Amino acid sequence: MKHIKCECGHVNPEGTVLCEACGKPIEGNQHIDGNDRKKLLNMRYEGSARRSQTYNKSIIDKIWSFFSSVKVGVWLIVIALVASAIGTIYPQKMYIPADAISRDPSIFYEETYGLTGKIFYQLGFHVLYSSWWYMLLIALIGVSLVICSLDRFVPLYKALKRQKAKRHPSFLERQRLFSQTDHVTDGEKEQVIQALKKQKYKVRHEEGHILAEKGRFSRWGPYVNHIGLIIILLAALLRTSSFMYIDEYVWVREGEQTVIDGTDSQFYIENKEFILETYDENDERFAEAIKKQGAIPSNFQTNVIIYKAKEQEVPGQELELEVYDEAEIYMNHPYKFEGYTLYQAGYQLNEFTTMTFAVTDINNNEQIDQFMIDLTNPQETYELNDGFRVMISEYYPEYYMSDNGPDSRTDNTKNPAFVFAVSTPDSEGAEVSFVGDYMNTPTNFDATGENDYRVELIDAEMHNVSGLTVRRDYTLPLFGLGAAIFMIGVMQGMYWQHRRIWVNVKGDGVLLAGHTNKNWFGLKKDIEKVISDTSINQVIDQQELD
Amino acid sequence: MDWFSISSGALYTAFILYLIATFFFGATIKDKKTTHKGKSGTIGIALTIAGLIAQLVYFITRWIASGHAPVSNMFEFVTSFGMGLVLAFLILYFIYRITVLGLFALPIAMILIAYASMFPTEIAPLVPSLKSHWLYIHVTTVSLGNAILAVSFVSGLIFLIRQIDQTVKNKKNIWLELIIYSLFLFIGFIVISSVFNATNYEAVYGYQYNDKSYQSTYHMPPIAGPHNGEILTPGAMKPLFEAPSWMHGKDAGQKLNTIIWSIMAGTLIYGIVRLVLRKRVGAAIQPYLNKTNPDMLDEVTYRAVTIGFPVFTLGGLIFAAIWAQIAWDRFWGWDPKEVWALITWFFYAAFLHLRLSRGWHGEKSAWLAVGGFAIIMFNIIVVNLVLAGLHSYA
Repeated sequence: MKHIKCECGHVNPEGTVLCEACGKPIEGNQHIDGNDRKKLLNMRYEGSARRSQTYNKSIIDKIWSFFSSVKVGVWLIVIALVASAIGTIYPQKMYIPADAISRDPSIFYEETYGLTGKIFYQLGFHVLYSSWWYMLLIALIGVSLVICSLDRFVPLYKALKRQKAKRHPSFLERQRLFSQTDHVTDGEKEQVIQALKKQKYKVRHEEGHILAEKGRFSRWGPYVNHIGLIIILLAALLRTSSFMYIDEYVWVREGEQTVIDGTDSQFYIENKEFILETYDENDERFAEAIKKQGAIPSNFQTNVIIYKAKEQEVPGQELELEVYDEAEIYMNHPYKFEGYTLYQAGYQLNEFTTMTFAVTDINNNEQIDQFMIDLTNPQETYELNDGFRVMISEYYPEYYMSDNGPDSRTDNTKNPAFVFAVSTPDSEGAEVSFVGDYMNTPTNFDATGENDYRVELIDAEMHNVSGLTVRRDYTLPLFGLGAAIFMIGVMQGMYWQHRRIWVNVKGDGVLLAGHTNKNWFGLKKDIEKVISDTSINQVIDQQELD
Repeated sequence: MDWFSISSGALYTAFILYLIATFFFGATIKDKKTTHKGKSGTIGIALTIAGLIAQLVYFITRWIASGHAPVSNMFEFVTSFGMGLVLAFLILYFIYRITVLGLFALPIAMILIAYASMFPTEIAPLVPSLKSHWLYIHVTTVSLGNAILAVSFVSGLIFLIRQIDQTVKNKKNIWLELIIYSLFLFIGFIVISSVFNATNYEAVYGYQYNDKSYQSTYHMPPIAGPHNGEILTPGAMKPLFEAPSWMHGKDAGQKLNTIIWSIMAGTLIYGIVRLVLRKRVGAAIQPYLNKTNPDMLDEVTYRAVTIGFPVFTLGGLIFAAIWAQIAWDRFWGWDPKEVWALITWFFYAAFLHLRLSRGWHGEKSAWLAVGGFAIIMFNIIVVNLVLAGLHSYA
């Protein structure tokens, strides 16, 4: 490595722009920070030797230089910004509303939004945030963060550590705040030192030259907050592994007991009760709002019992469960156990559990028999008294009349309908009747009009269903750590400033210069206080706005 | 007097105090002494503080009346944003002592409060997902963060009005005029809503959406009706045209109608002002800003971002994520509101990095500050009303 020896005696690494010790501009390197075209010196990284600005031969140098550029970083941010915005033009796939024409994205976007929707879908913008190119963009921002920080932090740290109180006059003159005073007494200098100390500056005093400094730690703020961001990105990467992150969804009926997905069949859940409460419309405070908007829910809650499966001693042994805990799960109040968290996430009201039908002789209105269908487990045939038999030939859990005839919307038993075939002991064939649609238009339809027996609903039991999310996320503490470090770093950098005031002796007088990384107004006020009651000239702001 | 009336009265008082304070800040422009605060500046600040206290009374009494922090719907949220802007202005005023900031910050805060008041103001109970302490922790921090960032818009706008060449028509002063014009659109919305509220106009239209029937209650005469709509209120006027079919969502036609009326009213008011001034509004204000120091304004723009950015990050991303994890089982879900918070964050991150480069101080910074405010307002208004998502509590 070629070292550069400054006239002050300090040996600087190759690529240095301003001598680390005295700040004298090093000849031949001024173009690096653009100092050759300006009066003022570019003080951003103290003119330290950055790898990206020094080496540009190998391919690694070039990649390093590319990613260490703030310009490139800003472009990456801007591209990510625009891409993110594009993704909000239409809803993302997971936010296609439940009442949409179709929840199939290939239909939904075109049907709902026309041509632009079709383009949106075909470009893959409906899953934009999990697309390879969006993730690549975020990853590139991560790379840029690491390289930018390394490229600057190390040389900046060294330069600030090696700085001397005595600075080269050409360094001081080319600071934004500068003044020269021809005659200054020793008493006045002492006064300045005291005033600086009073304002909590750390004062260094070398051969009559003064360097007063405060808030240097704020210079590390950007690097600290970048570390925080990198931790967050790493956490996001870890989250893609199923050990670190489990995301399941369980539907469980009231009274039902079912395994909790994602727990390796270790835990079971029983839904004791689902509760939906609404606000009291007689509550004076909310009466007007409820009148306008209709009933407003106040609580969605599932009361559950959690069971733990007993360890099986012999493989194939029957499953034994023991009660692990009971819990109330409601919005903003998830239930946590053994690293898992259960959230109240959805519900279905009024599904049918059982339906009881009676078979009646139309001619004399005499009831032959009754049968009960357990909708969670419907049988094919039901044997009745006197050799009567009912067969279920069609079953629609959530019946509706589609363009192609009767159909079921979902498998949820929200509006069951049946086609029954009733066979009697004395005839060979069976009578067919359509029964159901009790939630909309109760129907009891006899296609031939010649049936002798009628199947009628006489009783039904209903239940609610709770939807619960199951989560296990070991990456959360890492996200938290990243966020905390980011906040510390960003506050460190934004709420404190690195201020320096130089008072260097020149002949009988002094050169006074000041520099801060932000809040020049504050620095000017500091200097004003420091030199009050002395003959030292107030600094002139030489800022060049361009 | 019940708490609710006290709260409404206090908000009204705050509004009036801000209005009077604005006039006093206006008087400071003519002060010969620019460096030190004159009498009118001091009175202006005192009135601003009094107004802020009145608005705090509104906030606290409404909290007592409803039993939850008043930040749960459009009215409450935008009002608290306005309050935050006043607080943020005071913070920056006490650092830099620039009274002209108040001359612009207070009218913008008043526009926000008046705009908010056009939405339903009655107290609504909290839906289950909002029932959490994180409601006020998250929302007040976001409000304050946004408000501090908005001060950079205020100083950036003053900078632009002062610095942009107005002698001949050029691209820059047309853009600046567009920004001023867009403020007039808000005023147009406020004026036209108030007018039709006072006349109690109401007409109901039915329409089909996704094979289901809906109704829209119009409070302004329908220029744009719902797509495939029918008149349900007997004797109501027939819409001049129907909203195009690609506009989707509930009440799309009604929202379009409101926008059309607001643009008409805003343009009319702007037109009258232009007729009176006989020049661009920016050009008319410019001479009064002669004594302001552009370097100082640039400093305020940057400082507001440096103060506001961490607050916004904390409230809009970190607290938001914590609450989302508790309420919705995921700390981040790419909901439009979340995405736009991220966009805001990206934008100001880019701003802060650009400030490191030469050539981005002064005018360019000021333009950026305006752009940032546009993003913030987009997230508050458009995302809530148009890009319906989990955050549509309006």
